[in-house]
Parts: sequence; C-alpha cells; structure tokens
Amino acid sequence: MEVGLTHYLILAGALFLTGTAGVLTRRNSLIMFMSVEIMLSSVNIVFAAYSRASGDLSGHVFVLMNFAVAAAEAAIGLAILVEIFRLRRSVNVDDLNSLME
Amino acid sequence: METHAVETALRWIVLVPLIGAAVNGLLVRRMPRRIAGLLACAAVGVSFALSVKVVLRLVGMDAEQRLVTDTLAPWLGLGPLHVNIGFAMDQLSAVMALVVSGVGFLIHVYSLGYMAHDAGYNRFFTYLNLFIFAMLTLVLGENLLMLFVGWEGVGLCSYLLISFWFNDEANAAAGKKAFIVNRIGDFGFLLGMFVIGTTLLPELHHGEGVFSFQVMREYAHLLGPVATLAGLLLFVGATGKSAQIPLYIWLPDAMAGPTPVSALIHAATMVTAGVYMIARMNFLYVLSETAMAVIAAVGAVTALFAATIALTQNDIKKVLAYSTVSQLGYMMLACGVGAFAAGIFHVMTHAFFKALLFLGSGSVIHAMSNEQDMRLMGGLRKKLPVTWWTFLIGTVALAGVFPFAGFFSKDEILWKAWSQGGIGLWLLGFLGAGLTAFYMMRLVSLTFFGENRASDEVKHHIHESPATMTMPLVILAVLSLTGGWLGIPHFMGGQNHFETWLEPVFHQEAAGHHEADLVQELEHGALGETVAVLATSAHVTHDVIEGLDHAGEEAMEWTLASASLAWALLGLSLGTWIYTKRQGLAAAGQRFAGGALHRVLLNKYYVDEMYEAAILRPGYAVSERVLFRTVDAGLIDGLLVNGSAILVAIVSALLRLFQNGRLRFYAWVFASGAAGFILYLTVSG
Repeated sequence: MEVGLTHYLILAGALFLTGTAGVLTRRNSLIMFMSVEIMLSSVNIVFAAYSRASGDLSGHVFVLMNFAVAAAEAAIGLAILVEIFRLRRSVNVDDLNSLME
Repeated sequence: METHAVETALRWIVLVPLIGAAVNGLLVRRMPRRIAGLLACAAVGVSFALSVKVVLRLVGMDAEQRLVTDTLAPWLGLGPLHVNIGFAMDQLSAVMALVVSGVGFLIHVYSLGYMAHDAGYNRFFTYLNLFIFAMLTLVLGENLLMLFVGWEGVGLCSYLLISFWFNDEANAAAGKKAFIVNRIGDFGFLLGMFVIGTTLLPELHHGEGVFSFQVMREYAHLLGPVATLAGLLLFVGATGKSAQIPLYIWLPDAMAGPTPVSALIHAATMVTAGVYMIARMNFLYVLSETAMAVIAAVGAVTALFAATIALTQNDIKKVLAYSTVSQLGYMMLACGVGAFAAGIFHVMTHAFFKALLFLGSGSVIHAMSNEQDMRLMGGLRKKLPVTWWTFLIGTVALAGVFPFAGFFSKDEILWKAWSQGGIGLWLLGFLGAGLTAFYMMRLVSLTFFGENRASDEVKHHIHESPATMTMPLVILAVLSLTGGWLGIPHFMGGQNHFETWLEPVFHQEAAGHHEADLVQELEHGALGETVAVLATSAHVTHDVIEGLDHAGEEAMEWTLASASLAWALLGLSLGTWIYTKRQGLAAAGQRFAGGALHRVLLNKYYVDEMYEAAILRPGYAVSERVLFRTVDAGLIDGLLVNGSAILVAIVSALLRLFQNGRLRFYAWVFASGAAGFILYLTVSG
C-alpha cells in the first residue's frame, strides 16, 4: 500500500487530538506542556506532507522554522515552570489561579 | 467730517458708562472709594454731554431728516437674516437719552452722599454704570434686537440692585421676584419678535436688517395681518417691564433696593422702557385697533387700581412705588389712544418729579436712621428744609397742578383719552388723578407735618442731608417746575414744542399710503363714480364739521383742564386737612364697611395671594409630585440612573463566571470555540 497524503494527515489529526486531549484533561502543567509540543509536531507533519504532495519546498522551511520556535518556547516555558515550582512547590494548574482577581 | 464726529459720538454715549462699569467692576476691591464714585459720575456725565452734543446736531437738521446713525459692526448674517450692532438717534431716542443720562447723572451724584457709609460702595457704582449702559443701549439701539439686549440688560441690573443688600433674605427674594416676573414678560416680547421676523423676512431685499426700526417702518404695511398678534405679544413684555396689570407685582417689592436705585431704575428710567418700546413700534400698533384698545384699557385700569392701593400703604417708598405703577398706567393709556407723544411727554416729566420724590424720600429715610414707616415720622418740615420744599414741589407736580410739569403731561393724556379714546377711559384716568393728589398729600402730611412720632434716639439724629444729596433735589425740583413748559398746549396759547418735535417719529406715512391705495382701488372699481363722489362729499362734510368742532373742542379742552386742576386741588386739600386736622376722619375711613375695604386695599387686593394660590401652589404641587417624585426620583434616578447601574452589575456578574482563573477551563472554552468555528466553516463550506 502506497503511503499518501491522506495517511499523513490522519496521523497528524490523531496526534493533534491526542495533544488537545492532554492539554484539556491533565493537571500537571509539565504534561500539558508536552501535550502542546505534540500538537506542534502534528502541525509540522501537515506542513511536510503538503510540501511533498505539491512539490514545493517552502513547507519544509516552515518546519525548520517551527523547530527553532519550539526550542525557544520549550526553553522559556520550562524555565517558567521551574520558577513556579520553586515558588509554589507545585506545578498543578488548578493551584495556579491567582490571576482570577 | 463733522457729521462723522457726531456719529462716532453716538457710540461713546453708550460705551463710556460700560467702560466705567468695567473699570470699577474689575478693580472693585482695589479702587479707593472716592475715585470709584467720581469715576462713575464722570462716565455718566460724559454720556450726558455727548447726548447734548448729538441732540444739538439733530436740532440743526430739517425736521423730517433728523436721524443720526452709527453702525459698529455686523452682528448676525444668517442667510436672509441681517442684524447690525448699531445705534441711531432720532427725536424719540433723543428725549429718552437726555432723560436717562441727565436724571441718571443727578442720581449718581446723589448716591455719592446716600451710599457714603455703605460697605458695597464700589459694587453699587459698578451696577449703576452698567445699568446706564444697558438703558442707553435700549433707547439708542437701531434695531429691535439691540433694544432687546438693553431690555435684558436693565432687567439684570434691576435684579442686581434690588437684591443689593443680599444678606437680608427678603431683599434677595424681591430681586428674584422682579427677575422672574420680568422674564415672563420677556418671553412674550421674544415671541412678538419672532412673529415680526417670520412675517418680514421673506419679503426683504438681500442685506436689509429685518429688525431695524427703519426697515420695519418701511415695510409696516406687510405687518397688517399679524399686527394684533405681534403687538399684543410685545405688549406682554411691556407689562412686565413697565409694571402693568397683570405683571406689576414686582415693582412694589423692588423697593427693597437702595433708594437711589428706586429713583433711577424703578421710577425714572427702566420702567418707562415698555412705554418707549410701544412708542417706538407705533407703526405696528396703529395697524391694530384691538391691540391699541387692550393697551388703553390695561393702562387706564392700572392707573386707577394702583392709585387705590397707594391710599393705604404705610411705607413711604411703597406709596411712591404704587404711584409709579399708576403713572405708568397713564403713559400706557396715552399710547393706547394713539397719543404717543403725550405718553413720552409724561415719561419725561414723570422722570423729573418721581426721581425727585424718591430722592426726597431717600433723604427723609437717611435722616430718620433708615426708618420707612410714615406712622413713625412727622414734623420734618423744620428739620429738613431743602428736602421739604423740593418734596412739596414734586408732590404738586405729580398731582398735576398748574404750572408744574405734571399738569401739562397728565392733562394732555386725559384730553387725548377723552377725544380719541372715550369717556370711560377718561373717567378712570380722572378718578386716578384725584386719588393721586390725595395719597401724595397724605404722605406729605404724615411725613412733614405734625409732631415727630419717632423714638428719642432717632429724633436726636435727624439732620438735613449733605450737599451731594440736596443739590440733585434742587435741580430736579427746578425741572419739575419747568419741564412741562416744553409742551404748553395750543389751547393755552402755547406751541406744544414737544409734540411738534416728536411728530415726524409718529407720522403715519405707511398707514396713509395704505388708505390712499384703498381709495384708488375703489375708484377704479365698478362703483368708481359713486364712491368717488361719496368720498369727496364725505370729505367736505368732515372738513366743515371739523371747522365747527374746533371752537367747541377748545372750549372742551379748557373745561377738562380746569376740572382736573380743581379735582387735583380738592385732592390735595382733602389730603392735607384729613391727615393734619382731622385724623379721626382717616380712622373712620379705615373702619368703613367694617374695615373690609381698608383691609383689601392694605393687602393690595390680595393679588399676591391670588397668584400664590392660582399659579405658585399648583406649580409647586406639580413640581413636587410629578416632576420631582415621578419624573426625577422615579424615572430619571430610578429607571435611568440606578437602572443602568443594575444592568451593568447583572451583566458583569455573568461575565465574572468565565473569569475563574482555572487554566483548563480557559483551554476548554478556547478549544470548543475553535472546534465550533471549524465546524461552522465545514458545514457552511
């Protein structure tokens, strides 16, 4: 069976929904963070798949760009999480509601 | 070149008192008292001198051409509506300007003495100068709108000066009453102006000032259909300013102000503004018999009505105030029967002797340590000789005794009321004249004759007033004696210079044309011949009758004049006799009809109480229940103000549910929103 555009997109959709479900259901902000990364990866797959299907390389450029953005985001995001943990001794998002009022 | 100088002088007549008021007003706390007073006097003195200069120029012109105009700037230019800021002096304005600035100057000088010990000295002179400015704008303005500016200006100054001693609640209330009653009249005045404006505007050529007196006069024939309406609306304004029934109620209360103010504003000048306005708009009023009849009737009734109230008042200034209302009634009566010149003549003579009487009463009050109740006066004849003699002259002038000023003007009015109005109007005026003599002599007897009834403390302080106060009295006394000689009527062998002087202003050019047109139209009609013959024969008959009448008319004038002179003398002697020799009679008069009559008069026919019951109480009730409780508290405060606050509170309570700080809830909302959006795009595709 030839692996085509459809299969890539199904994989990307499945990964995206997995990531979304993770963000919505988990309380640990580290896991939520990882779920966001999974969603980002699914987007990268879509980029790469369409790029290949249409024979246009600019999709690959976006993917490389996204890696850089994801790396920067991970660096800042993890640093923030470490700081939150030092402050609160917890990374449970339900405890982090001081912006409410 | 010289004409130019005269024209420019016209604006300075008006502006110099304004400058005086501005300087005194802006430096009110810095200005030394002496300088403030002298500056104010000088400003009005300059106005008077300039008025004399311009009037002399007018005298030098041909009778029909006597007009000096001075346009400062265009004021309004809205489409077809053009109004200029400008001044104009014709024969009528000349008389008024001289009276206003001349009598005004004397009263300024008098105030130097009268107000010498008052804390608000500088403020007083500021207001006085401002008043003179407004009054001169009123009489010299070249259009109805300028007149209205002055009209409102004098109203404002009147308010400021009535409540001059505002620390006393009653004075402040009197000022408010004057202002509000005048505003009611002004509303009518405005409506009258609108009627004239909307009627004339479509007919004018471009650039003609619709409210200019000359333009209005030129187009007067177009005003025919609205003459009654416009005339009566303007007259409503005049009843407010000139204190006629039904809006006279503010004037007696206005006596709360300092006495020079009563003399200047509430006797000599401002209150004659209504008479001046009607005389100025004569071309309008002659078009409407109804309006004229109303004016004559209101004037005559006011003249008698106010005179009866004056019989019983005990406050010396209240008597003079009701006397003023009554005399203004005579002026209105004169205008109402078409004798505008006679009305203005009385304006002038009245300005002299009523200013004199008020200033004299001020001198009395000054001497009596601010006592105004005549029952506590008496015997001042010896102690205040100058005041006594000048006051006596003013009294006989007001009563209308030959050859004092009041005789000529009042007799002229009564004669015109008889010959042009009717016996009813004449009778009202005639009765009022007798009462005038009587109540004035009552005032004089109670004040100057007999024993002094004041406390020893007050008696000790009685003194004649300083020269700044007595000099104006003497000058006004001379004017009260001689002022009437300007208008000695023809039947007495005089020339009636005054009427001749004013004749061009009241010359009915427009109406004359109209009549001629009508005759011409008829002559061209089918019945032309007959009508023409009839008209000619009627004309001839009219001439014959007039010729025959002339002798009879003169005899009638002699009869009426003698009758009113005898009537005045009778009133004077009765007043003297009863209130010096037969006090018992006065007491008996008070008890007449169980004292009911006296009580009604003493309480001024309960008119204030009637207004209170008919207008004020319902007004308060509506304000309290409908406007305050329902509209303000219920609708505005309840529904609009609190209602919108409650609405915002409810909406924000709902919105607050979303902002709960739970990150996963936000994510849920975000994700469902995005999903919903994608779903929508897919479905609508």
